[in-house]
Amino acid sequence: MFNYTFHWNQAFKALPHMLDGALVTLQIALMSMIVGLACAIGLTLFRLSGNRILNGFATAWVEIARNTPALFQIYMAHFGLGNFGIHLTPFTALLVGIAFNNAGYLAENFRGALKAIPDTQTRAGRSLGMSSMQAFRLIVLPQMLRVAFLPATNQMVWAVLMTSLGVTVGMNTDLAGVTQELNARSFRTFEFFALAAVIYYVIAKVLTLAARALAWRMFRY
Amino acid sequence: MFSTALTWSDLAFLAQGAGMTLAVTVVSVVAGTILGILFGMIRVELGAYWSAPLTFALDVFRSVPLLIQLVLGNALQSIMRLGWPPFTTSCVVLSLYTAAYCTEIVRGGISAVPPTTRRAARSLGMTWWQDMRYIVAPLATRVSLPSWIGLTLGVMKDSALVLWLGLIELLRASQILVTRLQEPLFILMICGAVYFIISFPIARIGGYLEKRWSPND
Repeated sequence: MFNYTFHWNQAFKALPHMLDGALVTLQIALMSMIVGLACAIGLTLFRLSGNRILNGFATAWVEIARNTPALFQIYMAHFGLGNFGIHLTPFTALLVGIAFNNAGYLAENFRGALKAIPDTQTRAGRSLGMSSMQAFRLIVLPQMLRVAFLPATNQMVWAVLMTSLGVTVGMNTDLAGVTQELNARSFRTFEFFALAAVIYYVIAKVLTLAARALAWRMFRY
Repeated sequence: MFSTALTWSDLAFLAQGAGMTLAVTVVSVVAGTILGILFGMIRVELGAYWSAPLTFALDVFRSVPLLIQLVLGNALQSIMRLGWPPFTTSCVVLSLYTAAYCTEIVRGGISAVPPTTRRAARSLGMTWWQDMRYIVAPLATRVSLPSWIGLTLGVMKDSALVLWLGLIELLRASQILVTRLQEPLFILMICGAVYFIISFPIARIGGYLEKRWSPND
């Protein structure tokens, strides 16, 4: 039917390399998620602060992250920062780009989650003699993280999928990059990328299921 | 500081790229939405058990990076000797990608219509099609439209990835200019601004509709 001989053997032989790449992919996704979470909490605090400059900064960050392509953000980190004499390696550029994107989307999630927590909770905390920081940290934040947990796990899956964009800025150690290098050597494009697709699929599914299990374990009363 | 080697013809080149981005987006969103409505109806009508293969197939499109999908689609079309130009391949892959997300949105919209309302329609003697057309469609559209707008914008942004297949869209066009003029920050900022100007107002309309049309008020 296809008049094409599939060479799956070559792909399977390269599987260990690709799994190493998958580890790097997971590593970048995890790191970008941690940085993104920290930034998102900061942005949420900025938005709550009532300070116009901080609020404007946070809003600008969120809107730029949400309204431009992730690939553009990675290009900006890789090529754009060069104008300031900052030359990032593909790894760092990818990390910065995805973390920036994650922070924007997570901050928006947090804002939605914050709306779900009644103001009265903060006031009750303050009445009990907590400082505003304590009320935020001990009352609001835990509840907010609970509401935002599932959207955040979606973002984690997105982060894994976004790492594949690294190949466009010359990243060659993550799953997409390794696959592309193998492909450039043998031109067995379909076989290699099909295997990569399977690995990405498995990673995404395992992450989703793990997050669900974790949510079930952590968030039952 | 504000001197630049960017000429008007370069800007025209960028505009052409933006046109390509919009063309890919429009074709993919239209095709993907039609497919998505079809798949969504199939999924609701067949139930979770019988539509499991379809659900799985669509889930693959949502769990594999789009870049990989594009490469695979391109490899597959050359294996099958279809001889498609990059534009067609990109549109086909992006349409399927859009359809996978649109199916979820449509399914959510149809499920949001209370079964009692639909039964009432059928009790009044409406046919299945009339029920779909006059009862489900208007109610489901209210629920789905905001997320559909979000999806459209998502596809617009994701369409940047078709540069990997050699299509010169907005981001690729600016990359070519960067290579030639060596002014990465300035050109990329123009490129980002164009994306932002297309995306931001529509996102705001979506947000407004979501607030305005939220079902429980």
